[in-house]
Amino acid sequence: MEMIELQAAIEAIVYVADDPVKLEQFKEVFPDESFDKIETAVKNLMQEFNARPGGMLIREVAGGYRMTTRPEHHEHIRAYLKSKPSAKLSLAALETLAVIAYRQPVTLAEILAVRGKKSSTALQTLLEKKLVSILGRKPVVGRPILYGTSKEFLIHFGLKDLSDLPTLEEFAQLAGDQI
Amino acid sequence: MEIDENPNQEIPSAEASGITIRLDAFEGPLDLLLHLIRKEELDIANIPIARITEQYLEYLQIMKDLNINLAGEWLLMAATLIYIKSRMLLPPDPVAQTEEEAPGDPRQELVYQLLEHQKFKNAAQMLYTREEVETSVWHNPPQEVVEDGKEVVSATLFDLLKAFHDIVERFEAQRAMELSFEEVTIEQKLAEVRRLLLVHDTILFSDFFKDLKSKRHLIVTFLALLELTHLREIWVYQKKNFEEIYITKSKSSGELI
Repeated sequence: MEMIELQAAIEAIVYVADDPVKLEQFKEVFPDESFDKIETAVKNLMQEFNARPGGMLIREVAGGYRMTTRPEHHEHIRAYLKSKPSAKLSLAALETLAVIAYRQPVTLAEILAVRGKKSSTALQTLLEKKLVSILGRKPVVGRPILYGTSKEFLIHFGLKDLSDLPTLEEFAQLAGDQI
Repeated sequence: MEIDENPNQEIPSAEASGITIRLDAFEGPLDLLLHLIRKEELDIANIPIARITEQYLEYLQIMKDLNINLAGEWLLMAATLIYIKSRMLLPPDPVAQTEEEAPGDPRQELVYQLLEHQKFKNAAQMLYTREEVETSVWHNPPQEVVEDGKEVVSATLFDLLKAFHDIVERFEAQRAMELSFEEVTIEQKLAEVRRLLLVHDTILFSDFFKDLKSKRHLIVTFLALLELTHLREIWVYQKKNFEEIYITKSKSSGELI
């Protein structure tokens, strides 16, 4: 298969996909093409597609590739869809989520220690929204539940993977300057 | 939480009104301490513990006057502050030898906790910004995908008529005598079908007619299903032409049937 053809086919697949498409999934569609070639095609496609000053973007999210609108068009899209911005997470939920994201696997008691306050309501919200999942139990007395972030978390915040998050040290630096 | 900047001001008690405000959903004691430190432009490495304790307790009093329901951690922090304050007043133990017996600055633990908390507040801020961007972005709307992506065909009106005809025939053959004259309207049936589809994603067409007692019931059910198809609330499909008919809620008002 010609590179240009492969690239075009990948673009079409990314367009119809509900979820971010992983490289392995492209490989399933193009079993005769090498992994490297597919990866090059995806990278080329992304570069070319995103260089275009168009309304869409191809982004790497949750370990796959996804086509989305560019954020700067949100007002026009909302005007067309006649939709309001969806409900966002509360500050308490975001703080709890930050602790879980950086400290996972983490127990409720450990979250409490960092936040200095009870976090069970916030945690409940995060579990309901599937941003947080149960990873197992900690092998200590009482076997408390261990929490971690989910794939939905990566999608919700537009992250490639967990390493896409800024490091905690950066925030520590900032915290030192703030207080 | 925004509390009046001047804590000495007279605040009318809310106790009489019986209103209780829950604060713990928003901020905790560490947030209040950070707020005080920032407001007073204090040096975190050298917190004047007596002053901050006094202010902390003042705020606690204000919150009590406002009848804000204070969770245990607020009182725990007050106790911690008072403990640190008392430790600071004591001269260093002259006979202490080991590290453990003379654990340095009693404020150390609190400072660490405050910095940790601020760190995660910053991380939360970052998540907030990211969420803001992500809610301004749309991706391809979900397509009508049914049952692990197997190919399906929309059933036509004729498929439905044929299927219904078969059901009526089977009914006629089985029934002994029609006794029930219980009335049922299309509206009632519509509501029933909608309710069923809230619980089940996909229902077999013939299942709608199971255990129905009269021909009238059968007909009303069939009409209700037709109506819902017309309204594009449901999607009628087959895995192959002339096979069993399934009914599913349509996700969007797409081009169905």
